[in-house]
Amino acid sequence: MTAGNDASTGWIIRGAQPLGGPATDLLVRDGVIAEMGAGLSASGATEVDAAGLVALPGLVDLHTHLREPGREDAETVLSGTAAAAMGGYTAVHAMANTDPVADTAGVVEQIWRLGRRAGYCDVRPVGAVTAGLGGSRLAELGAMADSAARVRVFSDDGKCVSDAVLMRRALEYVKAFDGVIAQHAQEPRLTEAAQMNEGEWSGRLGLAGWPAVAEEAIIARDCLLAAHVGSALHICHVSTAGSVEIIRWAKSKGWRVTAEVTPHHLLLTDELAASYDPVYKVNPPLRTAADVTALRQALADGTIDCVATDHAPHPLEDKETEWPAAAFGMTGLETALRVVHESMVDTGLLDWAGVADRMSVRPAAIGRLDGTGVASTGAPDGTPVHGCALGTGAPANLVLYDPASSEPVDPRIHVSRSRNSPFAGMRLPGRVQATFLRGVPTVLDGKLAR
Amino acid sequence: MIRHLISAADLSRDDALLILDTAGELAQMADRPIFKLPTLRGRTVVNLFYEDSTRTRISFEAAAKRLSADVINFSAKGSSVAKGESLKDTALTLEAMGADAVVIRHGASGAPHRLAGWVRGSVVNAGDGTHEHPTQALLDAFTMRSRLGRLEGLRVTIVGDVLHSRVARSNVLLLHTLGADVTLVAPPTLLPVAVGTWPCEVSYDLDAELPKTDVVMMLRVQAERMNAAYFPTVREYSRRYGLDGSRMALLPEHAIVMHPGPMNRGVEIAADVADSARSTIVEQVANGVSIRMAVLYLLLGGSEASA
Repeated sequence: MTAGNDASTGWIIRGAQPLGGPATDLLVRDGVIAEMGAGLSASGATEVDAAGLVALPGLVDLHTHLREPGREDAETVLSGTAAAAMGGYTAVHAMANTDPVADTAGVVEQIWRLGRRAGYCDVRPVGAVTAGLGGSRLAELGAMADSAARVRVFSDDGKCVSDAVLMRRALEYVKAFDGVIAQHAQEPRLTEAAQMNEGEWSGRLGLAGWPAVAEEAIIARDCLLAAHVGSALHICHVSTAGSVEIIRWAKSKGWRVTAEVTPHHLLLTDELAASYDPVYKVNPPLRTAADVTALRQALADGTIDCVATDHAPHPLEDKETEWPAAAFGMTGLETALRVVHESMVDTGLLDWAGVADRMSVRPAAIGRLDGTGVASTGAPDGTPVHGCALGTGAPANLVLYDPASSEPVDPRIHVSRSRNSPFAGMRLPGRVQATFLRGVPTVLDGKLAR
Repeated sequence: MIRHLISAADLSRDDALLILDTAGELAQMADRPIFKLPTLRGRTVVNLFYEDSTRTRISFEAAAKRLSADVINFSAKGSSVAKGESLKDTALTLEAMGADAVVIRHGASGAPHRLAGWVRGSVVNAGDGTHEHPTQALLDAFTMRSRLGRLEGLRVTIVGDVLHSRVARSNVLLLHTLGADVTLVAPPTLLPVAVGTWPCEVSYDLDAELPKTDVVMMLRVQAERMNAAYFPTVREYSRRYGLDGSRMALLPEHAIVMHPGPMNRGVEIAADVADSARSTIVEQVANGVSIRMAVLYLLLGGSEASA
């Protein structure tokens, strides 16, 4: 779709270190990695100096709020996918809580087309589980699955599918087209008017608590439901140590349960709410240091499959308010890899191969972007493929990352339309130098390439 | 002295004692026939009230006027706020009007924190959501010290809806700073889950605490808490946690009964207890003006343009 003049002549990436290993050259041509090895040459190819840069497969985000249609003041498909490219992503899953809700074939196809037109990364729409996110009847899941957008991930994210029968039916129903239900685990009655993690800080600050049990109770129930009907369940933004234990147990049973963690839950804790600055207000809320430790460990050992940003842009006026009046959510696409570098790589919990697995390979598999979904459903060509190992013949979806860089995060220079980054002012390691989508650079020299 | 008074935790022991001592001096002057100090002449104090609280607003207004400040009352109802103006825009408006101090009452915990980031003047928290109400704690401490002569080692029992009480939070923090020993008594549903991390003791049994109590402070409990199952019925709450005449008899001879008001007579406090000689409820109101004078005097008096 984005094949331009570059595709014919290609790019030679000099001296990159795939997964942080030995340096090599990569020849990118016709949308694939045509050759890998030392001292490559190809006439007409543009040289990219990648000495000292880590090469990873293009990142895949399972959880992105692009806000279009409906809240184009916060983000558009164009600005959100540009932000994704700047963060090293080549595919994002666009959450369904837009206005109108992405609960019909028409809306998901619109978002999918906007993504193709923007061209910064592949946009995979997530379909709503229930009509209008209303939680009372199923949306037309099959129609969305059969649409041009080929939806495979369904979620009411922002709201929990709290009705146990509806959740059971959704899990069962999507088996017909190899779908997965991504649950926003939040027991609604336990979290009425909730503002932050229930614990020492909520009590002191006088902010209504969001207890860990409200997440854990739903996860436990849904793991049991998924086991009962033999379906695939994905848990969005796991935030507590207790959730990790439940997921570990479910996986030990061999049940088809996967899970994601956000960058902010890997780095930040609830005491930040003491500033009453709503830039730290997010759902699920920031938890305790003990939770952060458990989440990091779970991501390292694979209990949590992947990192997903839950990129949730909001305009300034929705954050420059009293805490209870502010919107939930944080931006994350442009900082995710750096946060994972800080929290997982610099701590020795993951190497770069592990990062590639948790930020590209596994999320691509959960989103059915790894090519297997195409085969198993006999879908026509057109479903993009992501999360492949960097090797000759693989799609040239990749990111070049400078691990030696270290700069404070400055949301004012983010390409997202919104500025609500909780990492503002924090010094984080690393910098995305280049992102290639099917052989075409979307980011070069740390700037948008087009 | 600190610039803002947002949390009782902002106050060191010395700061808190200075406020209490200053309030004591001001209270003595108040007994004189013509009482008005020129200290804050030419200074502007804005009372920014997003919640109805006539008592607290009047108390701050009287305090500011006795110090000769210009007072502007800005009530959210019927103002631009009711038309959807944000707190930030209101703050910028007050800034443009040259407010030297903003006294804010707001339903959202943390609103005074936010305001302090947007105005140059001093911010005084007159109650924010379920967070804090530091001048209430100061006037309570002042009242205790006036009645009982000391705060160090005083055994204070605070009873009721601690979970939703800004008065309880500020009192626990301030009384801890001043060396008193606080015990919270409430049904477990009305205590924060992590109350064990607070600098106080916790009990579910009021009758067991009263004989070893110098000060019992009854918190207002709202009947609508019943609807969220915090307790089964108002009557059951009253039986287990209300202070009636027979319970009051369990207190030591010298002990006093406090209530921040407004009271629910017959719920957390029986009418005869509220009106008894041990009750300091009316005194608390009078002391409120002295404490707020002291706070405004100390926050504003030392800075530029002082008289």
